[in-house]
Amino acid sequence: MIEATVKVTHEVGLHARPAATFVKTAKGFASEITIANLTRGSEPVDAKSLVKIFKSAVGSGHEIRLTADGLDERVALDALVGLIESNFGE
Amino acid sequence: MITLSGIGAAPGVAIGPIVRHTVDLPPLPDAAGSPTEEHARLDVALNAMAARLVRLGELVTVAGGEEAAEIFEAHFMFLEDDEFAGAARRRLDARGTSAERAVQITVEDLAGEFEGLGDEYFAQRAMDIRDIGAQLIRLLLGLEPGGLEGITEPSIIVAEDLTPSETVTIPPGVALGFCTELGSPTSHTAILARSMGIPAVVGVGVAAIESGSRVALDGETGTVWVDPDDETVARLRGVIDQNARIRSAAGAKATLPATSIDGVTVEVGANIGGGPEAERSVAVGADGVGLYRTEFLFIDRGRAPDEDEQFEAYRAVFAAMGTRPVVLRTLDVGGDKEVPGVVLGHELNPFLGKRGIRLTLDEPEMSRTQLRAVLRAAVGANLKLMFPMVATVAEIIGARQAVVDAAASLVVDGIEHQTDYEVGIMIEVPAAAVMADVLARHVDFFSIGTNDLTQYTLAVDRTNASVAYMADAFHPAVLRLIASVIQAGHEAGKWVGMCGELAGDPLAAPVLLGLGLDEWSMNPPAIPLVKERVRSLSAVDCRTVASRCLASESAAAVREILTRV
Repeated sequence: MIEATVKVTHEVGLHARPAATFVKTAKGFASEITIANLTRGSEPVDAKSLVKIFKSAVGSGHEIRLTADGLDERVALDALVGLIESNFGE
Repeated sequence: MITLSGIGAAPGVAIGPIVRHTVDLPPLPDAAGSPTEEHARLDVALNAMAARLVRLGELVTVAGGEEAAEIFEAHFMFLEDDEFAGAARRRLDARGTSAERAVQITVEDLAGEFEGLGDEYFAQRAMDIRDIGAQLIRLLLGLEPGGLEGITEPSIIVAEDLTPSETVTIPPGVALGFCTELGSPTSHTAILARSMGIPAVVGVGVAAIESGSRVALDGETGTVWVDPDDETVARLRGVIDQNARIRSAAGAKATLPATSIDGVTVEVGANIGGGPEAERSVAVGADGVGLYRTEFLFIDRGRAPDEDEQFEAYRAVFAAMGTRPVVLRTLDVGGDKEVPGVVLGHELNPFLGKRGIRLTLDEPEMSRTQLRAVLRAAVGANLKLMFPMVATVAEIIGARQAVVDAAASLVVDGIEHQTDYEVGIMIEVPAAAVMADVLARHVDFFSIGTNDLTQYTLAVDRTNASVAYMADAFHPAVLRLIASVIQAGHEAGKWVGMCGELAGDPLAAPVLLGLGLDEWSMNPPAIPLVKERVRSLSAVDCRTVASRCLASESAAAVREILTRV
C-alpha cells in the first residue's frame, strides 16, 4: 500500500463536478483506494463512493490523505494526485 | 383569465391544454420473499435501472446538451454507489425486508441526510436520489419506470416538480411547455428544458391551475396565464410565429454571407476547441474559425502533448475548414489554468500574473514545439497565428522571432510546412487597446477579446459573484476602447476581429457594425442569428447608433439604445 498527502485547491473543494471526476477516475483502477480529510480529522473512506466523498466534506484548502492498495496502486495514486494538483483540468 | 407569476427558466412562449403530472407510488408490499429471492429481485432492478440511465443519457446527448448528459452520469454514479446499492443490499441481509422497502428506506436516509445539510447543491442531489429511488421501486413493482412517456397530446405539463428522468422521457413534440411549483432556473429540469428548447416557468402556484384549463406561459418573463382571453392568445401566437420565423429564416440562410442592407459584408467565424467543433461550425454557416483555443489539448491530459500529437489535432481542424481562414491562438494559460509540464508556483493574482504570451516567451521549448506543429499542419490551409495577452511591442517582436525560429528549424530538418500566414494579436489588455496604433505596425491583424478586456478595463473579476454584475461589455468605457482599436487597425490597413462574447450577442450587432468590425467570431450556435441580424441592418445608419452608444453614460443606457434599433 502506498499513500500521498495533497491539498485541494479547487474553489469548490471536492464537491460537485470535481468530486464526480475524482470518483470516475478512481473507479478506473483495480486498487482499493481510500481518502481521509486530514483538515477535519476524518477516518479514511472508500474513494470510489461519491456519497462517502460528499460526506467527508473536503473544502477548498483542505488537506487529504489518499491511499492505494493493489497492482496498479502507483498509477492510481499518481493519476488522482495529478487530478487534484491540476485543479481538475479547469 | 388568471395571471400568475413565476420565474422564467427556459425561454420561449407556449399555449395549450394542460396535463397535470403527479407521482403516486402504489402501496409497497409488506410481504417479502427469502433474502436470496429479494437479493435477486433487487439485482435485476438495479441492472435494468443502469441500462435505463445509459439510455436517458444518450437521449439528452442527442438533443445536444453535454451539461444535460452529465446529470444522468451523476445518477449512474449514485446508483452504483456503495451508500446506495450497497446500503439497500445490506438492508436485505438484516431482516425479512422486501427489496422495495429496502430501496425506500435507503433513499429516505440518504436524501434526508443531504437535505439536512441546508445547502442548495445537496438539496438538488437529494432530489436526484429520490428520482432514482422512485424509478427503481416502480421497476421492482413491475410498473413502467415512470416519466412522461404516457402523454400523447401536445400539452403544457403542470407539476409540483419534475425530475430529470421525467423531463427527458417525454416524447418529442408532446411537451409544449413546463410549469412547476418547485425548481429554480439552475435546477436540472431547467437545464434540460433549455437544452430541449422547451419553454419553462418555475416557482408558480400551480394549485390555482384547474384540470381541464388552458394555459399560456412566457419562459422569459415567467408569466403564466390560466384560461387566457382571446386578445392575450392572439398576442402570444404572434410572438410564437415570429420566433419560429426568425429561427427558420436564419437557419435556412446560415451559409450565406452576412451582408447588411447597404452592402457591407462582415466575416462571421466560430470559436472552437478542436476538430469535431470545426466540422459542426461549418454546418451552421461559419465563414471561418475566428478563435481556435489550443489549450484544451494541453489541459485534458497528464503531460504536455508532443509535436506529432499536436500536429494531428491541428490537422483535423485545418482539414475541416479547407481554405477558410483559421485564427489559431497559441497556448493561453496562466496561474488559474495550469498545464502539465509548466510549473508556475502560486500566484496571488493569476489574472495579473504570468499568462498568455508572458508564459509562452518564458517557455521557448514548449512554444517551439507548438509553432512547429502548427506550421506543419497548416500546409494548404489559411493560417492566421494569434498571440494572447499581449501588452507591449517587445512581446510582439519576441513572438514573431519565435515563429521565424520555428520555421527555420523546419527548413533545417527538411520538413514541409506552411510559409504563407498572418501573425496577429489579441487585444484584451487595456494597454494594448490604448497603444493599438503603435502595435498595428507590427502585426497583420487584431482580434478583440471582450471578456478579458471588460474585466481589466472595469477592474472587475467576473468570477466574483458580488461584483460580476459590473462586468458588462456594453459599458461605454469598453466600447470606446473597441472603437479606437478598430480605427487604429484600419488606419494601418489591418483587419480587426472580435472573439469575445460581445460578438455573438445579436443585441451588440448594430454598434459593432457601425464601428466597422471586420470579423466576428462566436460560439457556433449563435452564428445563424447574428448573420441574420446583420442582414437586417444598414451599416451607415449604425454609425449614428454607435456614436450615441459611445456618448452614453452607462451600460444600461447603451442597452436601451440598442433594444430600440
